[in-house]
Amino acid sequence: MMSTTDIRTIAIAAVAIGVCALLPLVDQGYWLSIGVSIAMFTVLATSWALFSGPTHYISLATAAFFGIGTYVTGSFYESVSFWLLLPAAAIVGGLLAGIVGLATLRLSGVYFVIFTLGLAELVRQVITWAQNMTGHRGTYVLLDFGSRSVEEVIYWTLLGLAAIVYLAGWLIGRSRLGFALRIIGDDEEVARHSGINTARAKVLLFMVPGAVAAATGAALAPRYVYIEPALAFTPLLSFQVVIMALLGGAGRLWGPLVGVIPFTLLWEVISATFPNQTTLLLGAAFLVIVYVLPRGFVGLLERARARAGGGA
Amino acid sequence: MDILITGLLLGGTYALIAMGLNLQYGIARIMNLANGEILVAGGFAAFWMYTAGQTSPYLTIFVLAPVAFAVNWLIYVVMLRPLVKRAKSRGQLEVDAILSTFGLSFVGVGLMLAAFGGDYFNYSYLATPVTIFGDNFGLNRIASFIAAAILCAALYLWLNRSRAGMSIRAIAVSPESARLVGIDVARLSAFAFALGGAVTAVGGALLSAYLTLDASTGVIFTLKALIIVIMGGVGDVRGTIVAALLLGVIETLVASLIDPGLTLAAAYALFILILLFRPRGLFGRGAA
Amino acid sequence: MSILSLRNVTKRFGGLVAVNDFGFEVEEHMVLGLIGPNGSGKSTTLNLISGALPLTDGQIMLEGRPISGLPPQDIARLGVARTFQLVRLLPSMTVLENVIAGAVFGHRRRWGPEARAKAEAMLDKVGLSGKGGLRVGQLTYIDTKRVELARVLAGDPKVLLLDEWLAGLNPTELQTGIRLIRALRDEGRTIILVEHVMDAIRSLSDRCVVMASGARIAEGTPKEVLEHPDVIRAYLGDDDA
Repeated sequence: MMSTTDIRTIAIAAVAIGVCALLPLVDQGYWLSIGVSIAMFTVLATSWALFSGPTHYISLATAAFFGIGTYVTGSFYESVSFWLLLPAAAIVGGLLAGIVGLATLRLSGVYFVIFTLGLAELVRQVITWAQNMTGHRGTYVLLDFGSRSVEEVIYWTLLGLAAIVYLAGWLIGRSRLGFALRIIGDDEEVARHSGINTARAKVLLFMVPGAVAAATGAALAPRYVYIEPALAFTPLLSFQVVIMALLGGAGRLWGPLVGVIPFTLLWEVISATFPNQTTLLLGAAFLVIVYVLPRGFVGLLERARARAGGGA
Repeated sequence: MDILITGLLLGGTYALIAMGLNLQYGIARIMNLANGEILVAGGFAAFWMYTAGQTSPYLTIFVLAPVAFAVNWLIYVVMLRPLVKRAKSRGQLEVDAILSTFGLSFVGVGLMLAAFGGDYFNYSYLATPVTIFGDNFGLNRIASFIAAAILCAALYLWLNRSRAGMSIRAIAVSPESARLVGIDVARLSAFAFALGGAVTAVGGALLSAYLTLDASTGVIFTLKALIIVIMGGVGDVRGTIVAALLLGVIETLVASLIDPGLTLAAAYALFILILLFRPRGLFGRGAA
Repeated sequence: MSILSLRNVTKRFGGLVAVNDFGFEVEEHMVLGLIGPNGSGKSTTLNLISGALPLTDGQIMLEGRPISGLPPQDIARLGVARTFQLVRLLPSMTVLENVIAGAVFGHRRRWGPEARAKAEAMLDKVGLSGKGGLRVGQLTYIDTKRVELARVLAGDPKVLLLDEWLAGLNPTELQTGIRLIRALRDEGRTIILVEHVMDAIRSLSDRCVVMASGARIAEGTPKEVLEHPDVIRAYLGDDDA
């Protein structure tokens, strides 16, 4: 059953994605690369917020899943089609997220944060070690998409992923699972006593950002040309995703997007002009989120709208 | 034998650092993710005092401790107390504290990068070998271990014997009940947080005598301290010490027998086992 | 056959025995009052039934099937629903959504318009018609209790556990509250009532179990147990002062 508002929302989203898809026809250089960054962070931050928004569990595992995705492409692109590697990476990422979730999501939020914080480093150390044992260091990813540039293809792939994430988020929001997660976020005790298997719901939903981040990593691998563990598993990525999602507002499906666009642009400017100050920027962004914008731009917007509406 | 002793020596300093974090998390209820940056800053201070003034790190700590105490007290009062006040639930405070101390941690790294650059720093102090059971160990490792052990013992005695220590332990068990029996929870929380920061900074100075640090290694130590605290049990001094020594030995074991690049992986493996089988810590009773 | 039975139930917290070799049977359509002085183990017993706490020893059966040892969500699905001593609502949701939560995930599971209709019916039943759109922060105290009751009822539980549901109400609200529970009783629901309000116990319960120091000291009709010398002693103390 779809109401007319639902159909309108879907139509608007489809048109918006269609318009975004035209970017490579306008510019193939700087703006396309910005477009790739924005599309990547939109996919990552939106899928992150699907889980962390309702549950308030802060996951710093994005880099781990992303890195695994790049390695899926890096290891198999010569023998398997690039387009098959994306879903394959998603399955690997989802499964790993399931295992991590089973081990940590039964416990308190702090343990979960700590665990995910070190997960990327853990995987990186293991892969580096395995590479040292077998004697090769990095992996070249040389893909050719014929008449289309690699950047273009990645951009469109990410847009496709974004569409899938939004659709998934919209469907989850209307599903029993999504409703269960909202209840868990409000009061886990009530959720359990209302008959919700809270552990299972959390693990299932945690698999979504895991799968998406791995697919994103797989899609971006050709952009790096040469992948090595330190690049693929950079912990920075996890923090950027958390900041963007929270800056926008993790309580709404479209919230992270509102954070991704300004923060990506700001990041580009800062890292171009003051390359040594990016950590300071990250730190400042966290402090702004906690002390100034606890509910993100979305919260700010909704409060303004409520004031405008309630004043009459 | 060589591995065992090196591991124990390392674990002694880990114990001190983890005690610092345990004071902050167990009593002030702040999961301080900027803990590692405090540690690196302590190491920097020792490095600077040694290279600029030829001052022994074991003397520096006497100046460092009160300074770090004051800085951490300010951090608590200015940044964290407002979060404690506005939090409607334990969970919300947890999330806020995690995010704001992450912020602090990045700002700390950023400032240290700006001040000292991204280079590794180390200095050579008391690097004379000492023979124990036929193997050689740096005197600096041993001196740091002894200093850490003395401090751990002093903290343990203070927590268990003194009136203030008793009050602090009462808060760790139940802040609400502590308030009812007339303990000033807000003041002592700030005190515990500041003390924890001072202990961590001193731990950093002791480590710097024999480990190479750089501005961005803090997070590794935060992780290790967290793993030790969880392994030992939140608020459990005895458990913390045992867990720290265990981690020191296992890390050294993995580093020398398998690969030095896998130390964190080893710490993690231990962490996962604890989470799965003893989620309340080594000496905790029952399941979480 | 009894629908819920507790046999030799024991709960220890470290060295403290909160519930000691305790038990009772609840028949279908019965309202059982569980009373006793503060700290006698009533709430702990309720927590053991609902799965909030694991038992140390003994067995709890629902329709002849053991439920002790199951996690709370499984017990809730099998048909035991509870309210909390301190009301727990879902703060980010509207009143109606709070109740839908019960209809979606309770013993009998519904979804979509069916869950919504059920939730609205339950709001009518507890006297909150038309208040479904409110935020829970806007409610009066008794209304928050009503929302919680509606949420619990929306899952069509077989056994209802009310943990001091009447506590904290003013005299007028208390009368309303008692009427509400009597209406549930008249529908033939099975209810375990943990209460301090003796008037409510007297007028609502079919049977009463009295606890003191974690053990049963009397059982019978409300009139019988309230006149029982052990019960009087437990409430008033040993000395005749």
